[in-house]
Amino acid sequence: MSDQPGAALEPAIGDAPLVAEPVTAARPTLWPTVPRPVLVARVVIGVAIAVAAVYAPFYFEPAMNRVLSQAIYIAIAAMGLNLLTGFNGQVSIGHGAFFGVGAFTSAILIVDHGWSYEPTIVVAALLAGGVGVLVGVPALRVRGLYLALVTLGLAVLFPRVAQKFVDGVGGVALLRPPRASFSSLIEGLDDDQWAYLLSLAILVVLFVAARNLVRGRVGRAMIAVRDQEIAATTVGVGLAGTKVATFAISAAYAGVAGSLSVMVDGIADGTNPILYFQRSIEFLVAVVIGGAATILGPAVGALLLVLLRRNTEDLIEGKEILAPAIFGAALIAIVFILPEGVVGGVRRLLARLGRRSAARAAVAAAASTPPNANDSQ
Amino acid sequence: MSLLELRDVAGGYGPVQVLHDIDLSVDPGHVAVVLGANGAGKTTTLRAISGLIPIRGDIRFDGESIAGKGPEAVSRLGIAHVPQGRGTFSELSVEDNLRVGAVNRTDNGDIERDLKRWYEVFPRLGERRRQEAGSMSGGEQQMLALARAMMARPRLLLLDEPSLGLAPLVTRELFARLSDINRDEGLSILVVEQNANLALDIGHWGYVLETGRIAVQGPAHQLHDDEAVRQAYLGF
Amino acid sequence: MQLFIEQVLNGVGNGVVYGSVALALVLIFRTTGVLNFAQGEMALFSTYISWKLTTTGMPVVAAIAISMAIAFVAGALIERTLIRPMAEARSPLNVVIITLGLFLGLNSVAQLAFGTDPQRMPSPFPSGSVSLIGDARIQKDTIGLVVVLLAECLALWLLLNRTTLGLKLRAVAANPDSARLHGIRAGSMLMLGWAMSAALGAVAGSLVAAERTAFDSSLMQTILVYALAAAALGGFDSIWGAIVAGLVVGVADGLTIQYVDALDGIEVVLPLALILVVLVVMPNGLFGKRTVERV
Repeated sequence: MSDQPGAALEPAIGDAPLVAEPVTAARPTLWPTVPRPVLVARVVIGVAIAVAAVYAPFYFEPAMNRVLSQAIYIAIAAMGLNLLTGFNGQVSIGHGAFFGVGAFTSAILIVDHGWSYEPTIVVAALLAGGVGVLVGVPALRVRGLYLALVTLGLAVLFPRVAQKFVDGVGGVALLRPPRASFSSLIEGLDDDQWAYLLSLAILVVLFVAARNLVRGRVGRAMIAVRDQEIAATTVGVGLAGTKVATFAISAAYAGVAGSLSVMVDGIADGTNPILYFQRSIEFLVAVVIGGAATILGPAVGALLLVLLRRNTEDLIEGKEILAPAIFGAALIAIVFILPEGVVGGVRRLLARLGRRSAARAAVAAAASTPPNANDSQ
Repeated sequence: MSLLELRDVAGGYGPVQVLHDIDLSVDPGHVAVVLGANGAGKTTTLRAISGLIPIRGDIRFDGESIAGKGPEAVSRLGIAHVPQGRGTFSELSVEDNLRVGAVNRTDNGDIERDLKRWYEVFPRLGERRRQEAGSMSGGEQQMLALARAMMARPRLLLLDEPSLGLAPLVTRELFARLSDINRDEGLSILVVEQNANLALDIGHWGYVLETGRIAVQGPAHQLHDDEAVRQAYLGF
Repeated sequence: MQLFIEQVLNGVGNGVVYGSVALALVLIFRTTGVLNFAQGEMALFSTYISWKLTTTGMPVVAAIAISMAIAFVAGALIERTLIRPMAEARSPLNVVIITLGLFLGLNSVAQLAFGTDPQRMPSPFPSGSVSLIGDARIQKDTIGLVVVLLAECLALWLLLNRTTLGLKLRAVAANPDSARLHGIRAGSMLMLGWAMSAALGAVAGSLVAAERTAFDSSLMQTILVYALAAAALGGFDSIWGAIVAGLVVGVADGLTIQYVDALDGIEVVLPLALILVVLVVMPNGLFGKRTVERV
């Protein structure tokens, strides 16, 4: 798993102990402490991005808004996956299935039972989370590789199950709720703008929730389980509970994403046998290229993913066959250039800059004080 | 002439320099002991010899420079390195583990003879020869690591904290075997240890490392008997 | 009864295919610890190469042999340039992404280089079928595939368990750092693992394509999923497990389609459910070795 900066001082069992760096003696913390100027820069950039994000739907065309909304729901699913994979160390390539559960829950409630859209999001989350518990419990017995395969099976299975139990128009497992179900609840907002802003709002809420989760006791328990499972149990971390809970939460996130996709794309589609497998891959890719085990990473990764796909599709008019090849090549390139993902790479850069400026400050301070009888090293 | 000689060796991990101006040597047929607290650079010294980390300075084995060679090459020259954590091939059987030790030898008949011999020296290995190595206790794995290293018929044996995590009785037995091997075969040994007492008992020459430098060195029994050295550095 | 036997034989036919690909998956996993999602597409590419060579008039067996050789070299190169840097950086997730990138890329490049039309791959085996029990017949192709698969397993087993080279491969898989300290060139062993696996994939793909009336770029996609299921079922570290599991998956799948109406359309449930059940009961698969974790 990618290295947490704070964890770099911890030697793994069996490794030679590292001599601690003598510079800026920070108390070891889980999160990198950041010098003032960088903090200010972060806040400024954060505000700028927030403003841009809220203004975007009014600036762009509906088609672009739709693309951005897609990036948002992928980001939500990826954030959920990241909780499981990046922070808890359980690899899943089946989150497409939870996404599908969420999507069909919303679609069925709207089409067959006349619900209005917004409440279905909650039901989708709960149902997907419930399925997550069902999968999480047997997942306790299965490790690493096998877990990946079992979850793969889920994603492959889902379309088949959907086909069996969902009766759409023409007997096909495809549901298209009427456009009117998604009309904007706010006067003056177009439907596509509403879709975007609603998704954005949910993204922010879930982002904050994820952040608080990871930084709190539960989050520490998750990370402890990821890093040293056996040691974690010896300090009383409830292993099974933590793992299953993480599974359920991450599934719920994917369920919300699926529900949002019904609003954004207007469709719940069970006819394509490898669609949900592809979704699973999308989420995993978003997590990795954005930066696993960072909260922001998956969101950045999702945006990159969507933009990358659009641009490769545009680039090769006439040779569409090449699109997956270019996409694949781009994936490989990104992983090589930024092995910790975008956010991970940026963090490391900032940390290094911070260290350098702090070191320079320390040298300057030492140079300006008179020589002392009790010299510290 | 020394079998192994480190001259002015400096090195570490990335930006962190651990070793500074290390001058160290192992004479043929001798046991050299390297002692020191955690973080003093003992393991790093062995890693430097095996070519696992980049270094400045020179390392000579039998007169030839080996600085800059990688671990595979250093091993083929006749240096066997038993790392901290023992380097057990957990999924392989005990016997397969031993055969890995002999993997670069071509004298098949002798390999079989050596296997028998080490089963005699360490009977517990013989009893468990088909068992998965990872399921054995720490002490058994250490015996295995030692036997595996010996299967290569090395000229120099590097041992990194062999007593780590072992019960006192087991440690005593281990060091007794080491002493036997050194005496019977004239094998040169460089052992890094925190357990100074036992190590110095079988050693000929001792070095004490402190924050990457050699603080004290001398004949092993002198270090063992010197009150001041013991209290300052060896904690017994 | 007649139908049952036919279904079983049918299942065996499919099962051998799954087993062949599973074998390549297991080999890479056993020697390098990587789950190669691109296995199917690598095999597809090699299959196209075999086919292309036969169109020049070359005999089938020679074509497959050359394709194997090309795959061998390509596999080694892929490991060295794409996989090794990630593995060394200890980023297993990144390795997964790379194999996925290959999965997408190879399929697309194959379509570009060889076209999207279905093609016919000639078979090295005689055509026709042989009667086995009563009226139930089995294709000669299938028998051929079974024989080839068994031969591969035997060869691999001998290599891994009875030769020094095999010992080196296993040592590197078990503990690459320690292997280096014993004078084993870990990098070369890793490349060898990928090379052999790619070659196996070339044979599997070519023979599978030959078994069918025609093939195109979608050849390996469903097969991969079933092969992954078979590999998991058999325990990822067992060579014979891969074949047995492949057969189990193939037969179970065929029987389900035939006999269990409730699962009509979702027959793929069965292999997946099978895996889930087996793994819950035996977390290392049917044949996998028990790994005890010592702290």
